[in-house]
Amino acid sequence: MFKALGRFVLKSLEQIGQASSMVYACIFWFFKSKLEFAQTMQQTVKIGVESLIVAALTSLFTGMVLALQAGTTMQSILGEPIYIGTLVGFSLVRELGPVLTAFVVAGRAGAAVTAEIGTMRVTEQIDALHTLGTDPVRYLVIPRLIAFTVSIPILTLFANISGMFGGYLVSVYGLGVSGHTYFEDITTFIGAGDLMHGFIKSIAFAFMIGVVCCYKGLYTKGGAEGVGKATTQAVVVSMVMILVFDYFLTAILNALGI
Amino acid sequence: MIEIKNLQKHFGDKQILRGVNLNIKEGEVTTIIGGSGTGKSTLIKCIIRLLEPDGGNIIVNGYDITHIKSQMALANLRRKFGYLFQEGALFDSLTVGENVVFGLKYLTDIPKADYAKIAKEKLALVGLKDIEHLKPSELSGGMKKRVSLARVLATNPKVILYDEPTSGLDPIMSQIINELVLDLKHKLGVTSIVITHDMKSAFEISDTLVMLYNGIVELAAPAEKFKKTKNPYAKQFIDGSSKGPIQMQIRN
Repeated sequence: MFKALGRFVLKSLEQIGQASSMVYACIFWFFKSKLEFAQTMQQTVKIGVESLIVAALTSLFTGMVLALQAGTTMQSILGEPIYIGTLVGFSLVRELGPVLTAFVVAGRAGAAVTAEIGTMRVTEQIDALHTLGTDPVRYLVIPRLIAFTVSIPILTLFANISGMFGGYLVSVYGLGVSGHTYFEDITTFIGAGDLMHGFIKSIAFAFMIGVVCCYKGLYTKGGAEGVGKATTQAVVVSMVMILVFDYFLTAILNALGI
Repeated sequence: MIEIKNLQKHFGDKQILRGVNLNIKEGEVTTIIGGSGTGKSTLIKCIIRLLEPDGGNIIVNGYDITHIKSQMALANLRRKFGYLFQEGALFDSLTVGENVVFGLKYLTDIPKADYAKIAKEKLALVGLKDIEHLKPSELSGGMKKRVSLARVLATNPKVILYDEPTSGLDPIMSQIINELVLDLKHKLGVTSIVITHDMKSAFEISDTLVMLYNGIVELAAPAEKFKKTKNPYAKQFIDGSSKGPIQMQIRN
């Protein structure tokens, strides 16, 4: 048992070391070489633009559920469905918008990134990049990392809008709250600090997803089975890390008053 | 030109190279033969530093490249080399034309306007034409190999490492590739290190033949001497006989 635990700790430390060295290589090549602009744009479309509909839909229904739950609860406690906009807005902007969008992108684009880079690893395409004068970190990882870090905060913004719209639909057409009241509840209580709170979180999630998914792809071993394993691990690790990061970031940002 | 001293490499508990000593002369074709799993690919991957050796030294033009850590220094080292991968290793997401000229952007100052012409020329050298627009998934195994060779040739490397250049090719195309290797040697002075199981082509193109067995060099000799060797391992390999020390080793 202790042996297995020791092996697990050693393996985890080795992976953290390898991922850190990849991030170091990213910083090195970012400043030492010209950005692969075409690759970066292509990846931003794949990771960001193509995730827009699924991120917006997820958030739309989340906003609708939040409004329904909040409305019903308020109705039963206070006798009328008040502050629905505030509850929906707060939950989305500070918490669910960044977390759910990160989940969606990790599951959709993160898995694809690991599978693509992993396949390149097992078919020697990564080695071929080395022999043709470029570095896989420069050619593959940096464009994807930038694409994740730019796309996820923007997607989060769209997801927040979509979620609030979902909440609006349920509040106005399901619970009989006026649209004016719903939006006033949002704008009165939610400030720039709340937006910043969600924005900082989404950037942190985005960078983490990029690092995990690219790292898992680059260090794939063992043919098609290895690619499948790496892809599953990338998604699972990303999702768990999103929740872990979320707790600690919330604690830190709250302590800083953001 | 390339001096390999006591080179060692292991993967996990398995020792692949157990102290390889070898001299590769400039402008010559050196062919490495040996059974599967004897470390031929590992050896040439160490030479181009796709793998880092665990022990020994690799000296290229008097400069020890064994433990280079700097990314820039590694990139500079690889500029001199071309590497033909066993399975081609073409980039799936790019077209054939883009694959062929891929290295030009990073390894040369050739203007982009010339890329299309170069792609056409290099593909013609390996017997292919009008396939620049195709994706690698639309090609046969042999065609992929030839496109991959065209990609190596595009950057005009001084040293080319071939990992089984003729496997999967028909006899006529194999002969064309053999002649190409010799052409590069005679016309451009390219140094070639070739891994092959095809003994006919090995004797045809090689200045020196090297047999790896059990992670060490069993025999290294000029092609003519190698042909007449009495070394039982090399002799069995040349004859393609199922009886001999290698077979006995497998059975035990």
